[in-house]
Amino acid sequence: MPNKPISLERRAESTADLQVRTTTCYMCACRCGIRVHLRDGEIRYIDGNPDHPLNKGVICAKGASGIMKQTSPARLTRPLLRKEGAERGEGAFEPISWERAFSILEERLARIRATDPKKFALFTGRDQMQALTGLFARQFGTPNYAAHGGFCSVNMAAGMIYTIGGSFWEFGGPDLDRARLFFMIGTAEDHHSNPLKIAISKFKRNGGRFVSINPVRTGYSAIADEWVPIRPGTDGALLLALIHEIIATGLYDRDFLVRCTNAGQLVNCDVDSSDEGLLVRDPDSPEVNPQYPQNKLWWDRHSNRAVATHAPGADPHLLGEFRLADGTPVKPAFQLLEERVRDCTPEWAAEITGIAAATIRRLAHEMGVTARDHQIHLQIPWTDAWGVEHETVVGNPVAFHAMRGLAAHSNGFHTIRSLAILMSLLGTIDRPGGFRHKAPFPRGIPPSAKSPSSPDAVKPNTPLAGLALGWPASPDDLFVDESGGPVRIDKGFSWEYPLSVHGLMHNVITNAWRGDPYRIDTLLVFMANMAWNSTMNTSEVRRMLNDRDEGGEYRIPFLVVCDAFQSETTAFADLVLPDTTYLERHDVMSMLDRPISEFDGPVDSVRIPVVPPTGECKPFQDVLVELASRLGLPAFVNADRSRKFADYRDFVIHYETEPGSGIGFLSGWRGKDGSKFLRGEPNPAQWDLYAANNCVFHYELPLSYQYMRNWNRGYLEWAQRVRMRRFGEPILIQLYSEVMQTFRLAARGKRAGRQPPEALRERVATYFDPLPFYYSPLEAQITDRARYPLCAVTQRPMAMYHSWDSQNAWLRQIHAHNYLFVNPATARAAGVADDGWLWIESPWGKVRCMARYSEAVEPGTVWTWNAIGKVSGAWHLAPDANESRKGFILNHLIAEELPAGGGATMSNADPVTGQAGWYDVRVRIYPADPGEPPEVLPQFAPPADAPGTGIVRRLLQAYSTGRRGGRAGAKEAP
Amino acid sequence: MTQLALVIDLNVCVGCHACVTSCKEWNTSGSAGPLADIRPYDRDPTGTFFNRVQTFEVGEYPSTETVHFPKSCLHCEDPPCVPVCPTGASYKRKEDGIVLVDYDKCIGCKYCAWACPWGVREIDEARHEMTKCTLCVDRIYDEALPPSDRRPACVMACPTSARLFGDIHDPESDVAKAIRGCGGYQLMPEWGTNPSNHYLPRRKTEVRIAADQVVRADNPLKKDGKLPKPGLNEPSLDDATSW
Repeated sequence: MPNKPISLERRAESTADLQVRTTTCYMCACRCGIRVHLRDGEIRYIDGNPDHPLNKGVICAKGASGIMKQTSPARLTRPLLRKEGAERGEGAFEPISWERAFSILEERLARIRATDPKKFALFTGRDQMQALTGLFARQFGTPNYAAHGGFCSVNMAAGMIYTIGGSFWEFGGPDLDRARLFFMIGTAEDHHSNPLKIAISKFKRNGGRFVSINPVRTGYSAIADEWVPIRPGTDGALLLALIHEIIATGLYDRDFLVRCTNAGQLVNCDVDSSDEGLLVRDPDSPEVNPQYPQNKLWWDRHSNRAVATHAPGADPHLLGEFRLADGTPVKPAFQLLEERVRDCTPEWAAEITGIAAATIRRLAHEMGVTARDHQIHLQIPWTDAWGVEHETVVGNPVAFHAMRGLAAHSNGFHTIRSLAILMSLLGTIDRPGGFRHKAPFPRGIPPSAKSPSSPDAVKPNTPLAGLALGWPASPDDLFVDESGGPVRIDKGFSWEYPLSVHGLMHNVITNAWRGDPYRIDTLLVFMANMAWNSTMNTSEVRRMLNDRDEGGEYRIPFLVVCDAFQSETTAFADLVLPDTTYLERHDVMSMLDRPISEFDGPVDSVRIPVVPPTGECKPFQDVLVELASRLGLPAFVNADRSRKFADYRDFVIHYETEPGSGIGFLSGWRGKDGSKFLRGEPNPAQWDLYAANNCVFHYELPLSYQYMRNWNRGYLEWAQRVRMRRFGEPILIQLYSEVMQTFRLAARGKRAGRQPPEALRERVATYFDPLPFYYSPLEAQITDRARYPLCAVTQRPMAMYHSWDSQNAWLRQIHAHNYLFVNPATARAAGVADDGWLWIESPWGKVRCMARYSEAVEPGTVWTWNAIGKVSGAWHLAPDANESRKGFILNHLIAEELPAGGGATMSNADPVTGQAGWYDVRVRIYPADPGEPPEVLPQFAPPADAPGTGIVRRLLQAYSTGRRGGRAGAKEAP
Repeated sequence: MTQLALVIDLNVCVGCHACVTSCKEWNTSGSAGPLADIRPYDRDPTGTFFNRVQTFEVGEYPSTETVHFPKSCLHCEDPPCVPVCPTGASYKRKEDGIVLVDYDKCIGCKYCAWACPWGVREIDEARHEMTKCTLCVDRIYDEALPPSDRRPACVMACPTSARLFGDIHDPESDVAKAIRGCGGYQLMPEWGTNPSNHYLPRRKTEVRIAADQVVRADNPLKKDGKLPKPGLNEPSLDDATSW
């Protein structure tokens, strides 16, 4: 371009005229503290807040690109109604007023609420807003609510919470400040992002050793001291072999196991007893709490008889077989674990994982010896739950972090239980240098919050009697009807997915379309791209959304989508609600949901608007408060039906979980004088106090409460007193899971009460094993692996967050399209060239895309970046943009249901939690014909540009605050 | 004489691109003028970035190393981009060694880009001027910023603190110590430009566990009866002596 097409007068800028506002980023769910520097109300730049405990001033590529998200032409700015006669997916909308949008919703939802509340389903893509969305759903009275976890990594939450009472991400994490050895397994990038980066760097510079176990070597793994390639879905075998070796060499922390886990507790081994496999109860000791019974037994080594656990002076046998006075044969839980892993030798695991047996043995020795010989003693006195005073806090400096690579498999729950058991054997739970919880964890195993257990909980014009998402402790807690059928639309908490603690978002559309278990009326989707990357079997799901029944009505009659951007999914909506960006609204990172706590104490935070909403965008939270008020949901209206809260900001200040409970969405600066934490009267100045304090509240626990919190008397009592937990009994690690055994007993017909339907008995009996075991992922078991020999997985890149960032002009210059990364030996064997076009095919579908050779992937795996591919024209990109022509998603290859034999189907999911088996798919690759066009398939027709979206600068854009000339010229002449 | 520069620690860079977009957002609203994005929502988007990160692989599976490599103007002590500039727009400051472009003189002829061995000078398609890293000269001396903010945007952003900033000619500076202590190296020294930016190499931490370290005398298997002493009735030398 020889001429300068834009007026570019230079003007010396002065930073002295900038205003700085702090708030919280939301380019991903890490939620770093940021400073937004403004000039005359325009964003000059965004950087990390140095005074924020989470990120301490750093910021990532996405956070630093917030300006391009804020100014993206894909922004929706007006409520939209699908035009009469237009098909879903065409994107043919007419703009309407908010008043009309609210009227439509109020009328429809009031009718549903008055007749059958479960016909309203609310599903959100992001968990970190569940405090309000969950409350709305509960108040409305529908059980059909969840965020995305069932679809994403619920196995990581459930597998660990049912074992140690906590998990990774915002629930807890590796203490890299004091660790010497760090294992990162199945992790690419996840939303606990910047803090992990800060920690890994410090850890390495302090001489720590970092081992990465992953089929791929990218991102963090690049700076690992050792990369251990592994076949996807086989980590369970590796972990069981590591446990085997740790036990065989005596490298377990016996004292920790004795005091802090159920290793020594006696298990009923009487095959004729209906209590077989349950932990024996001591009739002479008080139960204390029926939810967390405290009256288990040890077999004391000294007196050679059964005694109450933790009896002073007693020390249990961990191995052996014994007989109680009444003749019951019993074994310590640890004995059963040892029997389970006896055959899980490194040689056995080597066959399965592709990792040499010698390597497995070496890693086991490394972790065990490091834990044992480099024990840390912090000079912090504390008292345990049994009254014993300790002068120091002990730690074994071996830390772990793991993510979707373990979770997104149909064997993920047991794999992750194995990891939690390994971490416990090494004595690293809530100890320095190991794993540390973050408030509000640790919680009971399982947490005491429960969902309803019968359809009676769903009543017209009545809040749901229970939480939509709870933690079953036995079949009594399943949410099923009298015939054992599911009450939820996604079949959560049914016999098919008993521990589906994060719901099953991926089942909703298919089930609703099929009318199984029933049809719904209205599906409200918030911040979830369910017609694209947030779904399996994508083409089918898009068809289902548009499908009608014999009467001509849509099978899902009314679809409402709330989003800030024109996505693939907004095109399918009947009603689109334009959300604000994170820079334009109030938000809370609440203790009631997923706060940003530190190891040393609870932390919650807020967003405060730094720029006004664009167009007619309204924050979704305000929309929910408005709807709830109009519908007269009890928590939102007074007795005379007048509304309690003016808006979301007002709601956060004044809402209490129950009248007078003093517990609200924010825990900081409560009470009339702002001096109370977590529980205190509403404080009208609360938002201002957060705003004046970097938008964050950090409560630092006293040192003696910061460690060993599962068993720390001071902490347990404090947590009760501040109402963080209802119960204060110590939280013993469940190496052996009695919860699982209750389901197994029911399936075997040995337990009174609920039992599974006949068709599910064997499945429940098999997978509800109280100890983990390795099995090949379900999909691998039924796939012809000779024909489909390769595993296909995705990873999240560091510069994009799901499908959120293709509308971002800066970030898309980093990832405009994606390749299938293939090991060169594998590629050559298949005849696929580097940068060549190929087909990747599973039994369920195929995609044409480009290959990129990579030596950093194990030969049996192919992979690509998550969610880069887009539908042509979506996100306000040109129809021939790279994202749709050269970018692709693997979702088309993945089925949400698998054949189960005899014409039946089973969900492509973990049989324990319903976790979607994303990374189980098996594929083959072959070159595209030279005559084929160099373009990704499948392609989809571009939706129309929604009204209210921005004008796109086609040829050139140059952002600069305060320069009208620099941003003028919408569509330049070519 | 002061020579400001960046030292990039490849031992902790995870390739997150924080430095890339922090630089972009800081500079696009700066005094020199905005940084263009070409075809920002169309096919093959491109744009002006002063700092880019390339990720490449070394070696063959399973011994593959993946290296994340950020690269921006190296502020050479002997910069080849300066003598070739026909208008004198390209210059190196005497007071701190930063290589800059005087935009009032630059005609966008791209001669400097040809002369630079590292390709770190980019023409901005909108302004038709050659642009490059300025070491945030507009931040580091700006007294309107708090002292802790008088650092390049990329250095402040980097989550792993992989980017160090300072005077490499001052032996006590962090950057000079890092170069000395960690074997910091220059890119392609054979070009003779004496780049000021240095890179710190990868270092591996290994642990060797000797076989006799694995099982300790006080190991817990003894308590759990797994390593029992022989029974009293088992054969021993006592049964067969004739001393």
